[in-house]
Amino acid sequence: MSSSLYIVIAGCGRLGSLLANELSRQGHSVVVVDRNEAKFAGLSAEFGGFTVVGDAVESDVLRQAKTGQADCFLATTNYDNVNLMLAQVAKTVFRVPLVIARVFDPSRESVYQQLGVATISPTRLSALAFQAAIQQGSAGQA
Amino acid sequence: MRYILMGGGKTAYFLARDFISKGHNVTLIIRNGDEAAALSRQIRATVLHGDGSDPVLLEDAGARRADVFLALTPHDEDNLVACQLAQSMFGLPRTIAVVNDPENEAIFQQLGITVAVSATRIITTLIEEQTTFGAITNLFPVAEGRIVVTEVRLDADAPALEKTLQSLKLPEGALVAGILRGETVIVPRGSTQLQQSDRLILVTQPGNYGEALRILMGEDA
Repeated sequence: MSSSLYIVIAGCGRLGSLLANELSRQGHSVVVVDRNEAKFAGLSAEFGGFTVVGDAVESDVLRQAKTGQADCFLATTNYDNVNLMLAQVAKTVFRVPLVIARVFDPSRESVYQQLGVATISPTRLSALAFQAAIQQGSAGQA
Repeated sequence: MRYILMGGGKTAYFLARDFISKGHNVTLIIRNGDEAAALSRQIRATVLHGDGSDPVLLEDAGARRADVFLALTPHDEDNLVACQLAQSMFGLPRTIAVVNDPENEAIFQQLGITVAVSATRIITTLIEEQTTFGAITNLFPVAEGRIVVTEVRLDADAPALEKTLQSLKLPEGALVAGILRGETVIVPRGSTQLQQSDRLILVTQPGNYGEALRILMGEDA
């Protein structure tokens, strides 16, 4: 991942804006899509990418973001179903090589992993982190 | 048949009522609690309150035994995910989704939904047909548009009047499959003669559609 990638991020909430700022700082070309323009306030002053206002569930909005040319598509809205749909559209219709969706619900996540959608579940990651912290804590006490 | 309908509103209500009157078994999944409570008193269906894209609720709704899943909410993403979960987790054979963005019709079918329907597209098509051709109606595509079925009315100036079908020399790939003459229905043969006000059921491949129309109705068609 050393060379510059073209990355589309759908959803400019806490996770989306954090990723957009960080990836832009690393020198990647980033386009962020959100249906609420006010959310772009979360982008840092150094953010060098572009923003598109619109509902990414409309294919037309994804085309405006030039999703067809993207190397990577990240679905980071607050809605599992939106992310799951966007990931599949980015992969199947726009043929983006690397697509990742955030999915809170672990049971939904496992179904879509079987369908070939790459997902990251904050719920599952937190559970693992808690368990690791418990193990460390109890090891420290022993 | 066992139907599961996800989504509220008038469409869900009237569809559910229609299915029940035809003797089908209906389960409704409705997100709004008040609406769910009201509907459960109005119709003889099982009504569940909750999110239809939640696997636990789908299981409770009997997704394992259902034959058809219909997703009718105004949110395309919820309709897609609910249909996909019903299919892949519970093996539901037929899923039907309403889509708002007409483009999602093709996309949803590509993503495995059995049928995706866009009300916008249907209304647009109807309006275009009705306004463009007075004498041509019911244009609908079969086999992904490789065959077109049209109803054509022969007016007083149609060149095909008083002629037999075999003398018309319709192009290859065009067929008059039926004639509606007043109250009678004729399955035509080559010797059948066409009359004014006949309504022809024309089956064509798209490439031959224009030529067939010109032979039957004249250059204006």
